[in-house]
Amino acid sequence: MENDQDKIISDATSGEYKYGFYTDIEIETIPKGLSEDVVRLISSKKNEPEWMLEYRLKAFRKWQKMKMPEWAHLKIPEINYQDIIFYAAPKQKPHLESLDEVDPELIETFNKLGIPLNEQKIFTGVAVDAVMDSVSVKTTFKETLADRGIIFCSFSEAVQEHPDLIKKYMGKVVPSTDNYFAALNSAVFSDGSFCYIPKGVRCPMELSTYFRINAANTGQFERTLIIADEESYVSYLEGCTAPQRDENQLHAAIVEIIAEKRAEVKYSTVQNWYPGDKNGVGGIYNFVTKRGICKGEYSKISWTQVETGSAITWKYPSCILKGDNSVGEFYSVAVTNNYQQADTGSKMIHIGKNTKSTIISKGISAGKSQNSYRGLVKVHKNASHARNFSQCDSLLLGDRCGAHTFPYIEVNNQTGIVEHEATTSKIGEDQIFYCNQRGISTENAIGLIVNGYAKEVFNKLPMEFAVEAQKLLEISLEGSVG
Amino acid sequence: MDRSEIITDKFKDLFRDSSQRLEKNSSELINSFRKEAMEQFLALGVPGRENESYKYANLEPWFAADYKSYFIPEQADFKIAEDFKCEVDDLDAYSLVLLNGFFPTLNGTLMELPNGIWVGSLAYASVRFRDIVEKHYSKYALNGKDGLVPLNTALASDGLFVYAPAGVKLDKPIQIVNLVESKEDMLVQHRNLVVVEENTDVELIVCDHAISPQKFLTNAVTEVFVGQNASFDILRVQNELNNAAKITHTFIHQERDSRAVTNNITLHGGMVRNSTYHWLNGTGAESNALGLYLTDKWQHVDNFVNIDHAMPDCTSKQLFKGVMDDFSTASFNGRIRVARDAQGTRAYQNNNNILLTDDARVYTKPQLEIYADDVKCSHGATVGQLDEEALFYLRSRGIHKDEARLMLMFGFAHEVIENIKSEAMRDRMDGLLLQRLRGELSRCTTCVINCEKDLPHC
Repeated sequence: MENDQDKIISDATSGEYKYGFYTDIEIETIPKGLSEDVVRLISSKKNEPEWMLEYRLKAFRKWQKMKMPEWAHLKIPEINYQDIIFYAAPKQKPHLESLDEVDPELIETFNKLGIPLNEQKIFTGVAVDAVMDSVSVKTTFKETLADRGIIFCSFSEAVQEHPDLIKKYMGKVVPSTDNYFAALNSAVFSDGSFCYIPKGVRCPMELSTYFRINAANTGQFERTLIIADEESYVSYLEGCTAPQRDENQLHAAIVEIIAEKRAEVKYSTVQNWYPGDKNGVGGIYNFVTKRGICKGEYSKISWTQVETGSAITWKYPSCILKGDNSVGEFYSVAVTNNYQQADTGSKMIHIGKNTKSTIISKGISAGKSQNSYRGLVKVHKNASHARNFSQCDSLLLGDRCGAHTFPYIEVNNQTGIVEHEATTSKIGEDQIFYCNQRGISTENAIGLIVNGYAKEVFNKLPMEFAVEAQKLLEISLEGSVG
Repeated sequence: MDRSEIITDKFKDLFRDSSQRLEKNSSELINSFRKEAMEQFLALGVPGRENESYKYANLEPWFAADYKSYFIPEQADFKIAEDFKCEVDDLDAYSLVLLNGFFPTLNGTLMELPNGIWVGSLAYASVRFRDIVEKHYSKYALNGKDGLVPLNTALASDGLFVYAPAGVKLDKPIQIVNLVESKEDMLVQHRNLVVVEENTDVELIVCDHAISPQKFLTNAVTEVFVGQNASFDILRVQNELNNAAKITHTFIHQERDSRAVTNNITLHGGMVRNSTYHWLNGTGAESNALGLYLTDKWQHVDNFVNIDHAMPDCTSKQLFKGVMDDFSTASFNGRIRVARDAQGTRAYQNNNNILLTDDARVYTKPQLEIYADDVKCSHGATVGQLDEEALFYLRSRGIHKDEARLMLMFGFAHEVIENIKSEAMRDRMDGLLLQRLRGELSRCTTCVINCEKDLPHC
């Protein structure tokens, strides 16, 4: 029995990373290193207006004075910023009129990843903005969306074509000097997605960004800005993968969401960056700042994330609940295996009256990994009748991994009600036995139990994503019992 | 030079100027730890808000103020201690009075209770029971993390010593009344050591009182060793003036199959910080950390609990409850750490708070750090108000709103009190709690000293 279990664990943990291939396409890179000149170079490559360059430089100067944060429960090896290429782009013609002009290798890459860029063949009805290394390759269904007044394009395009919106909203939720990695991103960000949903429009399809790191020695720094105007609705998906390499690569992104009066934004992520091999070699360092503001009354922002990849994850999707009666939600499943480390959670800042927030976090650790939940619920003095419920459960599979919980609760209003509960345990032997005696193998039983454990979060994902997430979980954990 | 450096420098000077006097009044053993501890303090400094475990406590103003440093009790002080008696009805206990943390040495430095338990001055005990003190002194206090612990090691000259040799049973609790009294603003640092050997049972009740309105800053360290299959129970009732700051560090080292209970009940006090550390060093050990804090005006109460499951099959429970009124703030920071291979751990943690005004604040941070898989750990924290439905239930039965609120709050806080071992003390605490919730508990009701009744903040 013991040996069987060990075998199952090793089978599951040695499961190959499916997206570890590398696409051989012509890429254009700039020299390694980071300096003010590099920031200027990136800005000029993107043909940016003067104000954008100013924004970058301000962030860069601030970043130089900042120190790498050390509070997270992570062991982060020192990062040499002079050894990273800060801009890499597949070589392409300046303006793509149709899909025929896109490098066929690229289309092939995204097909392999299951992200079809060819609109005729798409049945799923998801509009995709595909980002390879530093630039956006192709945005699908742009015209269909434009009919309804929805702007969905790459960030660089938005800087050129909708400078008013960018100027008005960029850096308002995550200021350029917010934290170390946000400052770095604000200085060197290369591309990303931009989305604007006009007043009263319900976006007819799911919008999606797919991030792919391909080139070696590069860092990826993209930013996403989503603006939901009054009474609009959008569901946004984000996916990501990277080739299998022995060196670590840095990914530092920013996501900003603005929800105006009665608007609703649903942001779902399936994070599947390369996690490193079973000895902890290689993998992506994922340092992401995600924050949304419920600006108007009755607005709602909902974050759902399934975190299975990355060697190190440092990520706290947050909601600032400024409008009265606004709602913030956070649903997360974080899985770590082998030598992966994750420090993730959410912040809910209650400022408006009658604001509500929910945090459901499910951590699963296996192998020699460390998985932490870190969160803050803050009720400001004027946020009367604020309500929060948090639940953070951890599941341990194996006796060499760790599961940690660090919640912060700060309440400054007497009518606020905040509840937090957390449990840590392993899969009960009685549960496995129950399944076994009904003819379910140990391996399948664990899959069943883990899936049931994470169901609460999977239910919040859009259908296509839920299926993918469930499969991912099975691949990374099937059979791991300690 | 910033403020924290000014404070550190102040203590450096104080140490230099008083080390001779300190050493003369203490023992060789205790003195041998001073120099190294001072260096550790200088490196760490007084913890500021950037220190994660002191994030919500503002110690700086308390440490920046000028105090007369109090190292050695003077003859005149002892009279006050002799005069003072804490009125605890029906409490059958061995009573001791400490003055500013020191065992008044008028009637001997060490005394033996009927069943062979020794109580007395630590400085004296470190000569008389040198082997025992040497084995335990400064072995459990963590000097490296919190600057205030080495500061105490460097500057404390004496404190309470309790020694229960193997196999003895204490027939009734030891009650210690700790008075803080002075004509001048005062900084008190005392050091306590409790050694409970195998198969013994010791129960301590500590009542803290400040009986003069001066500004006090107490920084006390208590080390407790609980031997195999022994049991140790400490109840602290903190009822000081709002002018006093009290910082306690309690380190409890538990051996196999031992049991330890700490219970801190904070009724009054300007700034109270209780750090409690349980180190479960043997299988089957059990620990229980409890706390109740009722704050009003500008008080701040800060509870820090760290339970370290170093060995398998141990159980720990934490229950902390608080009611915050006026502009007061409270913070709870509890941590359960389960070491690798500490399988079979059961650890539970609970923190509940009620805010009574919009100006009161509460910060809570329950943490779990788990490195073993066969564990059952949970924690919960809530902040809220009294249950409207319960209130309605009571009112519909003709109970006045105010009275109903009081009943609910009493029920809320009683959960901590019902864990108190001694029945007399339980009843006494219930009485104090009711008085406190009604706002009737002025400090003077429990005090028999005929001081001027119109003291400020009293």
